[in-house]
Amino acid sequence: FSGSFGEVYQTFHLSIYMSSNNKFSISPEMATQEVQPNETLSNLKAESDTLKTKLEDERAKLHDVELHQVAEKVDGLGQFIMKTRRTLKGHGNKVLCMDWCKDKRRIVSSSQDGKVIVWDAFTTNKEHAVTMPCTWVMACAYAPSGCAVACGGLDNKCSVYPLSLDKNENLAAKKKSVAMHTNYLSACSFTNSDMQILTSSGDGTCALWDVESGQLLQSFHGHAADVLCLDLAPSETGNTFISGGCDKKANVWDMRSGQCIQSFETHESDINSVRYYPSGDAFASGSDDATCRLYDLRADREVAIYSKESIIFGASSVDFSLSGRLLFGGYNDYTINVWDVLKGTRVSILFGHENRVSALRVSPDGTAFCSGSWDHTLRVWA
Amino acid sequence: MSSKMQSSNNITSARRAVQQLRIEASIERIKVSKASADLMHYCGEHAKYDPLLMGIPASENPFKDKKPCTIL
Repeated sequence: FSGSFGEVYQTFHLSIYMSSNNKFSISPEMATQEVQPNETLSNLKAESDTLKTKLEDERAKLHDVELHQVAEKVDGLGQFIMKTRRTLKGHGNKVLCMDWCKDKRRIVSSSQDGKVIVWDAFTTNKEHAVTMPCTWVMACAYAPSGCAVACGGLDNKCSVYPLSLDKNENLAAKKKSVAMHTNYLSACSFTNSDMQILTSSGDGTCALWDVESGQLLQSFHGHAADVLCLDLAPSETGNTFISGGCDKKANVWDMRSGQCIQSFETHESDINSVRYYPSGDAFASGSDDATCRLYDLRADREVAIYSKESIIFGASSVDFSLSGRLLFGGYNDYTINVWDVLKGTRVSILFGHENRVSALRVSPDGTAFCSGSWDHTLRVWA
Repeated sequence: MSSKMQSSNNITSARRAVQQLRIEASIERIKVSKASADLMHYCGEHAKYDPLLMGIPASENPFKDKKPCTIL
């Protein structure tokens, strides 16, 4: 919780206003009980301060060593030769988002020009194209079945398009509107089935939706500003997800209760991207403060910062290699930096894009990664 | 909005903030040394299955072009 207590009050007030029909993360009953005699505003503020100090103390007690110190005994990584193996051309404007299909060869991408394209990354052929009714399609995701894609942006919605085998069929005709926010859609992801979608929005909330009915299943309140990114925990580790926002916070959420269970605030600017470490015990973030960071969920603290004095542009998108040893970061200075997650050092820098890198995902089997850029192209690297 | 409603909203929000902090302060934590060891262990166990880390031959990576054959 940053800023003055007054800001916190205003934030919650705003979220109450925006979501009067939705569930709250803390039960309404608790919040509207009769005021207890000791519960004045100043007492609550004092308790809030005490708890924040306690939180810092508890975290500090367990900070017995740095990750990179423990990692000194691990072998260093050699030279990496990663090159662009495919360039996907076809978007008419900035690529804003991309996602891999589970089949490890198809990719969906979305652009400022309002187009959503499904590619076969092996052949670079375009298999489907949809024109959205809005520009700035900031979010897109592939359904686990491979049979649909979701997308949205300035239309404040997330829509699902079933992918037809018939190339002549008009995909837009079968579009299903699923999510409705009160500001832009920044990210979306199917859960482990085609039936539910998780969204994040410029309205400061995240939400879980039933695809078939469009019903809101759960909403997640706690960010004090636009939520820019989200990632679901690997299926083995259970029902949580992480989000990052313009309030510089990364939050961990319980999907069933809507409760924020952990919150991290060490970045100095907007968090553009969050991604779980493959074991589910940690996550990385990329921020406009030009750093990427690693947070361990069981130690409940930041355990690494990936930065260099020479890197002064924001990191827009991060993802791990399959083992979690490498962290790939796409940056606003057009480069991709590859980090040794354990030692904290950069092991490679990749050039190729001619404008900001805005999206980056490793393929499902880890054989390659794809980057999307404001230069209108996507590149597959291996 | 009357000042009475405003002050009860203030209290509501403050109570909510305190509840949230109580939850966050009470979770169980482990030492960084243990957390680091576990991260390293995971990397070590899975390194050999990580194609981008280990590099796999062109013949096994669908994105790497196979070298053309020269017929002598």
